[in-house]
Amino acid sequence: MSGSQGVPLLEVENLTTRYPVRRGLTDRVTRQPRGWVHAVDGVSFTLARGEMLALVGESGCGKTTTAQSILGMVAPVSGTVRLNGTDIAGLPERQMRPLRRQLQMIYQDPYESLDPRFRVETTVGEPLLVHGIGGSPAERRVLIVAALERAGLSPAEAFLARYPHELSGGQRQRVAIAASLVLGPDLLLADEPVSMLDVSVRAGVLTLLDRLRRDGRMGILMITHDLSTAAHFADRIAVMYLGRIVEHGPARQVVRQPQHPYTKALLSVVPARDPRVRSAPQLLTGETPNPVDVPTGCRFHPRCPVAVERCSAQDPALRVAAGSASASHEVACLLA
Amino acid sequence: MTLPIQDPSLAAEGMGVPPRRAGFLRGVLRERKAAVIGLTIIAFFVLLAIIAPFISPYSATAQTCRVYAPPSGQHWLGCDDGGIDMLSELMQGGRTSLVVGFAATVVAIVIGGGVGIVSGYFSGWADTALMRVTDYLLVIPDLVFALVIADVWGPSLFHVIVVIGILEWASTARIIRAQVMSLKERVYIKRAKAIGAGHARIITRHLLPQVGPLLMANTVLTVAIAIYLETALAFLGLEDPTVTTWGTILEHAFERTAISSGAWWAIVPDGFAIAIIIVACFLLGQAIEDALNPRLKVAHLSVRRWRIRPLAGRGPDAI
Amino acid sequence: MSLLEVSDLHVWFDLPQGQPVHAVQGVSFALDPGERFGLVGESGCGKTTTILAMMGLLPPNASVSGEVRVDGQDVLAGGEDSARGYRWTDIAMVFQGAMNALNPVKKVGWQIAEPMAFHGIAQGAAARRRAGELLEMVGIPAAGAERYPHEFSGGMRQRASIAMALACQPRILLADEPTTALDVMVQAQILDLLIRLSSELGLALVLVTHDLPVVAQTCGRAAVMYAGEIAECGPMETLFHQPRHPYTRLLFAATPDLYGAGEVVSIGGAPPRLDEPATGCPFRPRCDVVLDRCAEEHPALQLVGPGHEAACHHAERAGAS
Repeated sequence: MSGSQGVPLLEVENLTTRYPVRRGLTDRVTRQPRGWVHAVDGVSFTLARGEMLALVGESGCGKTTTAQSILGMVAPVSGTVRLNGTDIAGLPERQMRPLRRQLQMIYQDPYESLDPRFRVETTVGEPLLVHGIGGSPAERRVLIVAALERAGLSPAEAFLARYPHELSGGQRQRVAIAASLVLGPDLLLADEPVSMLDVSVRAGVLTLLDRLRRDGRMGILMITHDLSTAAHFADRIAVMYLGRIVEHGPARQVVRQPQHPYTKALLSVVPARDPRVRSAPQLLTGETPNPVDVPTGCRFHPRCPVAVERCSAQDPALRVAAGSASASHEVACLLA
Repeated sequence: MTLPIQDPSLAAEGMGVPPRRAGFLRGVLRERKAAVIGLTIIAFFVLLAIIAPFISPYSATAQTCRVYAPPSGQHWLGCDDGGIDMLSELMQGGRTSLVVGFAATVVAIVIGGGVGIVSGYFSGWADTALMRVTDYLLVIPDLVFALVIADVWGPSLFHVIVVIGILEWASTARIIRAQVMSLKERVYIKRAKAIGAGHARIITRHLLPQVGPLLMANTVLTVAIAIYLETALAFLGLEDPTVTTWGTILEHAFERTAISSGAWWAIVPDGFAIAIIIVACFLLGQAIEDALNPRLKVAHLSVRRWRIRPLAGRGPDAI
Repeated sequence: MSLLEVSDLHVWFDLPQGQPVHAVQGVSFALDPGERFGLVGESGCGKTTTILAMMGLLPPNASVSGEVRVDGQDVLAGGEDSARGYRWTDIAMVFQGAMNALNPVKKVGWQIAEPMAFHGIAQGAAARRRAGELLEMVGIPAAGAERYPHEFSGGMRQRASIAMALACQPRILLADEPTTALDVMVQAQILDLLIRLSSELGLALVLVTHDLPVVAQTCGRAAVMYAGEIAECGPMETLFHQPRHPYTRLLFAATPDLYGAGEVVSIGGAPPRLDEPATGCPFRPRCDVVLDRCAEEHPALQLVGPGHEAACHHAERAGAS
């Protein structure tokens, strides 16, 4: 979990990404002020080798945009993203391309993330062709087979000639993982890697990711809305709300001693699989507000069950939680 | 690990394999008789055009019979106003017409496909600029534009090809652009970008194969329109009159009083040939287009009758 | 006599090529008013097809056999004609992806009022008033009736779909994955709503989902489906603490728990093809306690405890807890 020598694998500092709200012609003519979708508003965290960090939150919290910003698919407005020490935030594509060998992404939809016309061998071999690795098809095949085996598709030779429609969801996801592994990346971004898979195959893929980070000393940033999965497989959990991290700490601590009212509410509504365990769900009123209209002060205060007067005026920063057993457990709440 | 097993829920919905290029055309031919008919007719004419010089009974340019001689044992389709055997003339005309049709189509598809892909993939100002140009061309009436160009440049087969090409690429561009724009959002394209694949690679390896079938349908339909336009231009006298095409045959026939002479053989076979090849192209093109529609996703909601089946026995005995 | 009785329901789909797919193979269960019943399983197990068959909403290439009795009357007996008489007035359904099934060009209130007019329950102003009442019942201010679906959030659209299902005061509500695409907080709100509606209105609720914890916290009884059949059926607590079918046990084990420290397992292999006749137990290739008998003999659903049935040759022995 810890013990990274020297530079941490991934260091994100004050990452901010915004999208302009599209204005109609009438708005432009009447010079209405341009609205911004504050998708990511000052997010900071570190990820070490061999560590899995789960970025957790509901839709609209900015977790996917954070990953897109790190990957370089979306240009952040400000902040730094250091991968192995190099700042890649907003880097032009030409300079980014060689660095792409170090970070790869796994997408949510296994049914859409593979080109339906490519055989497995072609899909997994494409990154090699793009980056000019492996001089001959035979050399590339060796790497492809190794990647497939690493992704748990064994015997790999049986899968080389298959098309995606001949594979199950779990197998397709593993092919996508193999295509990410073939370049030997240090950092893996996984966007809801199992949410579209059947329950019975999820654990297999998650265990694979777990094994990859331990044995392969890779760092994995997993985006998920499923707190149970995060609690089980991740080392650390960062809870996001409206573009900010509101709580961040070791997974066990965050789940057992949540410090932020939002985290507490979220954990309380996760249904337990044991029917005898009757949870006391803390239902928050309404739904997450639009990231265009961010409340003043603490973003959560309109829905917070324990908000006080100053919460609407002061925007809390992330600081070490007093009420937690761990020193690395941080929370952004005036009352924690 | 066990080898892949088909998802039974997919089987229940009758979803099939996504179309692949060569296999796709075969699939269309297998399923739709209209496509077979269309392709056969086109193939027949193409073959005829290729072997025309060898099987033409008479010359297509020199006089070999009486003016407006009716069809007879020696001249199956009679002769035209210059005493030239109609059948030979028709075959020769077919060659040229088809060449013009295909050539113009190639021009239209290459430009249209290129514009559509660049526009759809890169978006932004390139898209806006190209689409404005496309809009102008779509709005201009075909024949008027052709008339003006032919008048300015002078009549010649090459000009006709170019004119038809210019007129036709716009609609192809629109269609291809629409498909590229939706394909661009697919996850595997995003993943290819995340790997570091460049634009050229994504376009050639990922987009083009998906766009292929649509381009194929569009090509076939454009051939039909190109042949029609060629006929129209020739008929209006905008083509080089010394060249024999189906259009010029018709033009000569009308100019030189074939109707009042009662020489139907100078008009009808020619018109028939044009009509039938256009129909054939449409049959094939529309069959391909239909096949590209999302496979029949069996709607879960149906107010049509579903059947109640009596159960006789259980297990393997049950019906 | 129960409010709802499904007996020996079978559904086949005729495919253009090959054998018919036997999607539902002999499903039976019963429900009383106010009872919440879960139909659990993974993709392809036949749970959605089962409730579509109950509504008579299968595509034209489907054949159905068996009985679906509402208050003793067989809904399916007369085919589409008789099923229509019960649809929405006695049994209503909230569909998967219901939020996207709302007509985008019609106001929400109009869409809720439409079935009322169609079934002759209320017309015009009365229907609109009732639509407003229904919206209030599901937690949306009555003024929302004048809005269009795109002005609602995902959770509100799901509530609107539930209001639409309640338009003709059905006694049975079938909910197909009602919370699958929703955030966990909104999911909790919707489930809370469904529980409240079933207790206050005496609705019998069939909740179809792949999400075991959702069923565990919402339903009193559940049936676990596999390969078109019911593998195990019984009270929720029994299913979790004393499962008698290996699939039930493994399915729970595959679901991570927030505070649980146990290992999360996956089940290797894949469900069988339903267009091929099978001998023996369909779960055999993936089962961890296979007997010789399992290859030859198809296990029937038998009683293994009070109100608890399982289709497994092992059922006499104690299932692992």
